[in-house]
Amino acid sequence: MEVSSSVADSQNGAVIAVKDLTRTYLLGDVEVRALRGVSFDLRAGALLTVMGPSGSGKSTLMNLLGCLDTPDSGSYLLEGEDVGRLNDDQLARIRSQRIGFVFQTFNLLARTSARANCELPMLYAGVPIDERHERAERALEMVGLADRMDHHPNELSGGQQQRVAIARALVNDPAIILADEPTGNLDSKSGIEVIRILQGLNRNEGITVLLVSHDPFIARHTDRIIRLQDGRIVADERVPHPLVAGESQRPSELDLEEEVA
Amino acid sequence: MGILESAQVALRALASNKLRSALTMLGIIIGVGAVVTLMSAGNAVQDFITDQFRSIGSNLLFVAPGTFQTQRGPGSAPSGKGLTNGDAYALLDPFLAPDVAAIALELTGSDVVSNGAEEAFLSISGVSPNFAELRNAKLSAGRFFDIGDQVAESRVAVIGPLVVDELFPENALPIDGQIRIGEVAFRVIGTLESRGGSAFSNDDNVVYVPLSTAQTRVFPSRGSRGDFQISVIYVQAASEDRAGAAAEQIERILRQRHEILPGEDDDFTVISQAEILASAGDVLGVITVFLGAIAAISLLVGGIGIMNIMLVSVTERTREIGLRKALGARKRDIRNQFLIESVVLAVVGGTIGVVLGLLGTLVIGLLASDLNPTLSLQAVALATGFSALVGLFFGIYPATRAAALNPIDALRYE
Ligand SMILES: Nc1ncnc2c1ncn2[C@@H]1O[C@H](COP(=O)(O)OP(=O)(O)O)[C@@H](O)[C@H]1O
Ligand SMILES: [Mg+2]
Repeated sequence: MEVSSSVADSQNGAVIAVKDLTRTYLLGDVEVRALRGVSFDLRAGALLTVMGPSGSGKSTLMNLLGCLDTPDSGSYLLEGEDVGRLNDDQLARIRSQRIGFVFQTFNLLARTSARANCELPMLYAGVPIDERHERAERALEMVGLADRMDHHPNELSGGQQQRVAIARALVNDPAIILADEPTGNLDSKSGIEVIRILQGLNRNEGITVLLVSHDPFIARHTDRIIRLQDGRIVADERVPHPLVAGESQRPSELDLEEEVA
Repeated sequence: MGILESAQVALRALASNKLRSALTMLGIIIGVGAVVTLMSAGNAVQDFITDQFRSIGSNLLFVAPGTFQTQRGPGSAPSGKGLTNGDAYALLDPFLAPDVAAIALELTGSDVVSNGAEEAFLSISGVSPNFAELRNAKLSAGRFFDIGDQVAESRVAVIGPLVVDELFPENALPIDGQIRIGEVAFRVIGTLESRGGSAFSNDDNVVYVPLSTAQTRVFPSRGSRGDFQISVIYVQAASEDRAGAAAEQIERILRQRHEILPGEDDDFTVISQAEILASAGDVLGVITVFLGAIAAISLLVGGIGIMNIMLVSVTERTREIGLRKALGARKRDIRNQFLIESVVLAVVGGTIGVVLGLLGTLVIGLLASDLNPTLSLQAVALATGFSALVGLFFGIYPATRAAALNPIDALRYE
C-alpha cells in the first residue's frame, strides 16, 4: 500500500520524493555519516525551510536534492524521475533545466557583469544568444536590479549579489529553487529582501522553494519546517500562519525563542 | 554548449589574464619564430647554392680522368689513361651517345703571366670555343675564341675580372693588350664578367686561351696514345632528365676506348651537376633538419609551459569550475573550455611566432645580402600545425582534470 501511495503522491504533484537517503563522507579513515536515512515528500509549489544545528547534514541534503552529489543509498524521485539512474550528462541537464541553486556565498563570477552572470546557465542549456540577453534582463528586473545589469559583483552589495544569484537561478525556468543559507552572509534587512523575492517566486510563479536557515524568523515566512539533527529528520511541522516578508517586524530574540519552542 | 560558445568563454578567460597569457605564449612564440627563421634561412642557403651551380651552365656533366679514390688532389698525375681530345670527340657520336648535346674541352695548368709591368702566377685554361656557352661564362668586353682561333692555334687570351685587376690596375683597357704566358706572347681579346658570389669565384682568376694553343704552345703534353691530354670534358645533356642516360652512354664509350674489362673499375669519373647539387643539398638538408630539431625542442618546452599554466589555472579556477557544473555544464563543456584555451594560447603564440619568423627572415636577408630568404610556407604550416597539436596535447591533461572535478568538492575548494 505504501508503494502505491507514494506513486499516487508523485502523480498528485510530489515534485520531490526522497526515501532513506544516506550519505557518508570518508575523511581519511574516519567515516562521517552526514545523512542517516532521510525521507520526505514535497508537493509542487511548496515553500519549505530546513533547519538544524551546524553539521546536521543540511547542506549535504541540499546537494543531493540539487543533483550535485549522489547518495550512498536511498532513492530520489524528482518530478517522478528516478535520479539515481541518470548518468553524468543527464544530471547536468537536470541541474541546468529543472533546478536553480542559490548559495550562501553567492558564487558569482568575478570581473563579470550581473547580466553575464545570469546568462551563464543558459549557455549550458543551449539558449540562443538573443534569448539569453532577453531572459537575463527579465530575471534581473524581477529581482529589482534593472539598473545594475552591467555592474560587476565587486560593485554590488551583498544583498544585491544574492539577488543576482537568484536571478541566475531563475533564468532557465526551474521547477525548484534550492537555497542553502541564502541569508547567512547578509544583514537582516537584505536577508528579508531575499526572502521576499523567494516568497514571491513561490507565491506568484508557483516555483517550489527549499531553503536552509538557522533563523527562526525567516523560517516563519515559509509553509513548512523540517528539522535535521545528526543526519536525521527530527521534526516536520507546518507553519500555522506564514509571515509575509516585509510586512511584519522581527520580534526580539526572546519572543522568538518562546514562540518557536 | 557549442564549440563557438566554448571558444568565447575560453577567449574571455584568456583576456582576463593578459600578462600571464602573453608570458605563456612566449615559449611557443620563440619556438615557432625559431623554426620559421631557421628553415627559411636553410632554404635560402640551399637556393643560393643551387643558383651558384646553375650559373655554371645547365644540364652539365663533368668527365674527369681518374676516380675520386685515385685522384690525389689537383696537379697530381691521374692514374689510368687520362682523357684525350679523341675521348672527348668520341662522345659526339650521335648513335652511341644520342643524349649528348654538346661538349667543351678544357686543359688546365698554371704559369707565370705578365704584361711587362705586372706579373702573377695564375691558372691557365685551354678551352674549346663553345666553353663560354656551355659553362655560361659571360663577356664584359671583347669576344671569345672562335673556330678560327682554334684551328689557327692563335695566341689570343680571354681573362677573368681578377686577372684584369692584377695585370691592368690603372683602369687601362685590357682589350688588345699584350700579356705573356711563360715565354709566349698573347693578345687579350676579351674579358669575362665576374661570377660573383663565392662558390665559383676562382673562375674569375683564370686566363683562358684556345685549347689548341694551350696543347701545342703552353702545356705541350701528349698522352701515351699520342693524343693531346685534357683535364675535363664538359658534356651538355640533351635535357635535364636525359642527363642520367647521357652519363651511361659516356661511360660505355670511354670504357670501350680505354679497354676496361667488365668487372674492372672506371679510370675516369662522370659527375652530373644534379649529383653535385644533390650532395650539397643533402648536407644542407641535414643541417636544416638539425636546426629545425633544436627549434622543435624549444616548441616542446613552450608546450610544457602551456601545460604548466593550464594546470595552475585549473587549480585557481576550481571554484569557478564547480560553479559552472552546478549551473549545468557537462564534463565535455568544461573540458572543451580548457582545451580551447590551451589551443588558442598555442595557435595565437604560433601566429605571433610566424610573424617573428618573418621578421627574422627579413633580417637575415638584410645581413647576408647574397642570400634571398623567402618565408618558408612549409615551415609556417609545420610550425602552426605543430603548435596547435602542442596546445591540444598539453591541454588534454589539465582539461580532463578540470572536467573530472566533482562539483561539490570544487565549490568547497578554498
Ligand atoms: N566533503 C566532505 N567531506 C567530509 N566531510 C564532510 C563533507 N561535507 C560535509 N561533511 C561533514 O558532514 C557533516 C554534515 O555536513 P553539512 O551537510 O555541511 O552540515 P550543515 O550544512 O548542516 O552544517 C558535517 O559533519 C561535515 O563535517
Ligand atoms: Mg551547510
